[in-house]
Amino acid sequence: MADQNKCLQTLSDLAAKRRASVQVLRGGKDFTGRMAVLGFVPGSVVTVIQNYGRGPVLVTVKDVRIALGRGEALKVLVEVLPEE
Amino acid sequence: MINQPRLVEGRRFVSMALAGQPNVGKSTVFNMLTGLSQHVGNWPGKTVERKTGQYTHAGQTIHLVDLPGTYSLTDNSEEERIARDFILRERPDVVIVIVNAAALERNLYLVAELLVLPVRIVVGLNMMDVAKQQGVEVEPHVLEAALRVPVVPLVATHNQGLYELMHAALHLAENGVNFAPNRPEIRPSHRAVLGDIRSLIAGKTPFPYPEDWAASKLLEGDVELTEAIRRSAPGQWERIHILLRQHEDASLDVAGGRYEWIERMVRAAILEPKAGVITLTDRLDRIALHPLLGIAVLIGIFGLVFWLTYTVALPIVDWLDAVVIFWLAESARGVLATGPAWLISLVVDGLIGGAGMVLVLLPVLGIFFAILGLLEDVGYLARSAYVMDRFMHWMGLHGRSFLPFFIGLGCNVPAVMGARVVGERRARLLTILLIPLVPCTARMAVIAFLAPAFFGERAALVTWGLVTINIVALALTGIVINRTVFKGEHVAFIMEMPLYHLPNARTIGLFVWNNTWSFVKKAGTLILLVSALVWALAYFPSGHIHTSLLARMGRWLEPLGQPMGLADWRMMVALLSSFIAKENTIAVLGILYGTESQLGLTTQVARALSTSSALAFLVIQMTFIPCVATVAAIKQETGWRWTGFSVGFLLILSLCFGILTYQVACLAGL
Repeated sequence: MADQNKCLQTLSDLAAKRRASVQVLRGGKDFTGRMAVLGFVPGSVVTVIQNYGRGPVLVTVKDVRIALGRGEALKVLVEVLPEE
Repeated sequence: MINQPRLVEGRRFVSMALAGQPNVGKSTVFNMLTGLSQHVGNWPGKTVERKTGQYTHAGQTIHLVDLPGTYSLTDNSEEERIARDFILRERPDVVIVIVNAAALERNLYLVAELLVLPVRIVVGLNMMDVAKQQGVEVEPHVLEAALRVPVVPLVATHNQGLYELMHAALHLAENGVNFAPNRPEIRPSHRAVLGDIRSLIAGKTPFPYPEDWAASKLLEGDVELTEAIRRSAPGQWERIHILLRQHEDASLDVAGGRYEWIERMVRAAILEPKAGVITLTDRLDRIALHPLLGIAVLIGIFGLVFWLTYTVALPIVDWLDAVVIFWLAESARGVLATGPAWLISLVVDGLIGGAGMVLVLLPVLGIFFAILGLLEDVGYLARSAYVMDRFMHWMGLHGRSFLPFFIGLGCNVPAVMGARVVGERRARLLTILLIPLVPCTARMAVIAFLAPAFFGERAALVTWGLVTINIVALALTGIVINRTVFKGEHVAFIMEMPLYHLPNARTIGLFVWNNTWSFVKKAGTLILLVSALVWALAYFPSGHIHTSLLARMGRWLEPLGQPMGLADWRMMVALLSSFIAKENTIAVLGILYGTESQLGLTTQVARALSTSSALAFLVIQMTFIPCVATVAAIKQETGWRWTGFSVGFLLILSLCFGILTYQVACLAGL
């Protein structure tokens, strides 16, 4: 896997208010296809709005709030961007 | 590409389709344009709602079809297949795409997909006011110049820009020969393989798919298209298949390419980049989506639904029952005074006593749909799915399954159909199997009618207890079926949380009207027939109910009723008739216990049963097999095997619950 090159984290690990850039989508074609349409494509910036460590995660991507189940957030590998 | 004018009854009309992603105010636009001229049905052979309507602009009649809200035109869901098939097969003169100006990039994804289809497009740039509030300034004419497609700014909720939108659409329909939009292209890295596939499928693409489009959909891994091409081009299939295998990463690349193109399109059109403002939605979500507060809000909303039902709807129900139905029965008696006795009995006891009882339930249904429509319109409904996601996982489901459960509180039939929002087959199946345990308004109305009669001041407590039994039964059934039959398969929860906004009276009004009207149509046909049938069974052969066919059937079932404390055959018949429609229980009790007595139905029924029997009756009523319309919907969605399982399971469950309740209540000395 190319995961080691950059310091990649899963989206489910990110605390609220952190920004990150999508790098890799894991999972089947159906899942990656649905996510890509919503704007989870490599390079796009996501901001975590809510993450309580359990239950779903709420993020913003392309100016839209998207809720992801914890399992789904685990499949999105991101590169954390510095805080503004 | 110019279409011939279409003629209906000698008059020319223009056909247009309304497309858009979810949560862009598309239904508001449709409702504003068509109002009460709209017709709600289903897409042929599908369970997805199909809305059509008419709009007249400058003397020109426009037929408008509201396409299902879709994020893209890739084969991810039934809605997406319907939308693209309609555009490709029916070739509407113009497709109006509604986009949300506050989330332009994501919304233009659908536009990017539509632009490569052989159809003329007008973009309605909606929610300009919301965008402004968020600090986003969009320049419609700049976007128009970039896309080379008419772009009309809208605030649909205030009816701003709709005239201009339709003007632009009509102009394009009539003079659109030179329609040449800017079309997105695939990234250079996949241009060669796209060309190869394009030449392999040349002349072998089945109707109605354009070849360029089919080639790019193959690269995206579109299941329906892949299957179609495999069948239509068997000779080339092996080579196509190898190419696709070598470029399995292409689907992300195609989507990424579209987003890059969109970025170029909007770069000049968006004047002010978004400042980091904390919006109203952010503030409200801190409460509504909080793991604890969010649940409290949801419980509060359920409390409000029940409270409104009891304080607003039930007095209207009582009034309709005591005044209107009584007056109808008396007038009918007067008009038919000289007619034969059986006719008077049929009309007064059968039809008015039966169907009339159903119609008085309309206030309950109306209030529920008004609240549901309001919650959907302000954007709360998606939040309820979010806060319930954690709990739904216990049953192997996710937050989306909560929405059909919510709808099921109103009526189980749309809930079963609404289970389609749950993408995965197993999760959808489980959701459908559990829906009958959600007490619908008809069931609740029966309880609301009988509980006060049986339990007086403790009625509210009993009602809460009954609802709790249903929720616990639903959760336990879900957990058990998930662990045993479905072996805990994982399902994906991906859901957009729309912005909160002020409710639109017209949208909610039409929602209530469409849903309540479909109930009236059902009551007007099926339930009327059943009322007449039950009346006939109760009237013949002797003209007296205690020696009727119905009494014989009921007495035959009495041994079954014994362990549940339901030795009165009339209660067994009332229970059985609830299979036709839940509210029939009251209607049938009305017929069986007569309407002429001054005592009133509830008092008479209460006198016939002991407290433990009454409790058992209500518990069975709440968990009994669903009504025939729900069973039909389950059959349509899942097939006979699962329908049989569902009915059999609920029958056993409710009878066991009934026996258990009666025996425990008797032991407790009730």
